[in-house]
Amino acid sequence: MTTMTTTAPPVAKRVSPGATISQTMTLAWRSLVQIKHNPWELLDLSIQPIMFLLLFTYVFGGAISGSTGDYLQFALPGLLVQNALFYTLSTAIGLNTDITKGVFDRLRSLPIARTAPLSGRIIADTFKQVWAFLLLVGFGMILGFRVTTSVAGLVGALALLVVVALAMSWMSVVIGLKASSPEKVQMIAFSTMMPLTFTSSALVPSSTFPSWLQTWSDINPVTHLADAIRGLLIGGDVAQPALISLLWSAGFVLVFAPLAIRVFRRT
Amino acid sequence: MAYAIEAEGLVKHYGQTKALDGVDLVVPQGRLLGVLGPNGAGKTTAVRILATLLRPDAGRAAVGGYDIASESHQVRSLIGLTGQYAAVDEMLTGAENLVMIGRLLGLSRSASKQRANELLARFNLADAGARATKTYSGGMRRRLDLAASLIGRPQVLFLDEPTTGLDPRSRTELWEVVRGLMADGVTVLLTTQYLEEADQLADDIIVFDHGKVIASGTSDQLKSTTGAQVLEVRPLQEGHLDLVVQVVGDMVETAPETSGGKVTAAVHDPAVVPAIVRRLDELGVIASELTLRKSSLDEVFLALTGHRAEDEIATEKEEAFA
Repeated sequence: MTTMTTTAPPVAKRVSPGATISQTMTLAWRSLVQIKHNPWELLDLSIQPIMFLLLFTYVFGGAISGSTGDYLQFALPGLLVQNALFYTLSTAIGLNTDITKGVFDRLRSLPIARTAPLSGRIIADTFKQVWAFLLLVGFGMILGFRVTTSVAGLVGALALLVVVALAMSWMSVVIGLKASSPEKVQMIAFSTMMPLTFTSSALVPSSTFPSWLQTWSDINPVTHLADAIRGLLIGGDVAQPALISLLWSAGFVLVFAPLAIRVFRRT
Repeated sequence: MAYAIEAEGLVKHYGQTKALDGVDLVVPQGRLLGVLGPNGAGKTTAVRILATLLRPDAGRAAVGGYDIASESHQVRSLIGLTGQYAAVDEMLTGAENLVMIGRLLGLSRSASKQRANELLARFNLADAGARATKTYSGGMRRRLDLAASLIGRPQVLFLDEPTTGLDPRSRTELWEVVRGLMADGVTVLLTTQYLEEADQLADDIIVFDHGKVIASGTSDQLKSTTGAQVLEVRPLQEGHLDLVVQVVGDMVETAPETSGGKVTAAVHDPAVVPAIVRRLDELGVIASELTLRKSSLDEVFLALTGHRAEDEIATEKEEAFA
């Protein structure tokens, strides 16, 4: 210890690409290893969609579709969408918690890649997205849901949701960096995502909406995403709604990526 | 002399408020600079700028010879930072928190674990290493936070109010750790609201108020800048207190204060002391305690700023709870 100051190693000027990747993976590990100590967190992440699935299927299913089985087949793709969209905001919550607890400052005071704290968290959250998707589909199948297309359709649905979620994580970063507390983020998430998913075709056929709401529902990006996922899992038009969903995602990136980078540079 | 930290004319505004209003400071290698000041004086802003977390609006600074703006990555490889709150991941165990930092700094898996265990042992956390940090006490969190900032063997350490909110025992434990680091030759910049802490640890002290350095020097130099020594007289019989106030008041320029059965007064001319003693003797007042000492940093702070440091902390705490 006493020779520390005299044997100081040469100081690197910047972070190498290899080191950037390893730092990102370390920070992704950090977000995932918590699950080992707190398995309930995974359940937290899964219990809400499962509850929604059960409630919607058995409470509203008969009224909406005539039978719970028919409704399950219709609604599960929509619930997958709703859940994935909700979950993108967990990136914001995690980031905001790091900022309010001071962990973010600690990470930024280390000689690591500037982007590693963001990309590490987003990678971890993508893993959790995949987990939630598989869990919800698996549980749906126990209740009687059937993928009537193909395995490729299932993989395609997962891929599309991940792409959309990644695009939305830019918005999540902005909210996470700007919000004053994790509770605020939760409130923003609830008060935007809830109306968005409920005014789409995710959970009910929009044909029963009053005409003004139908007009909105046709614009609502959640409608297109839900239609695309439904098409991929149980058949129907895929190309058009998937394309519109991807265009929305691209729009999201165009607006929020520069904003996120600007906010990030300033903090 | 080589300076580990140099800052010149640092300015930082937040809207209308000037958090820093032209701050100059230097810390020679291997010394501990105590930055003393009440809440809101700009101490944390200064630390955040020097630790590359915040860009100053004006001014320049270098740490270990590297410019904080253009060579921030190099600066980050030399420094360790322990903030006001313990910046540890509550969901991870103590050991995992330290291993994470080790891995981020490029240590191998096994080297990270070894370094983590070493530091856990050094900070009396070996038994708690496998527990999630949300179960830790305040003192344990601070120690883990400090351990985390030492993983990379920093040459320059920023300690931003490391003992705020700690009980006296945890505070003295942390002081011991800081002394150990000093012995290892680490340069430390420590901010504190506690005058006693600066007095205990710092080689040099600067005093911040409203974003400006209003005084600097060693603890002894600061104590003598007010030009006064302090006379304390405690009469054996409490009934004689008023009499003592009168006698002392006649001999010194400033009005004496009474608290806890003791009369305290600033004395500019030590020659008045024998006179006071004679007068008290004539009146038959026996003093159980009579001392002439250098003014404490508390009194220096009061003289410099016109307000007491600790009072301000107390009111702010009350506001926080209101």
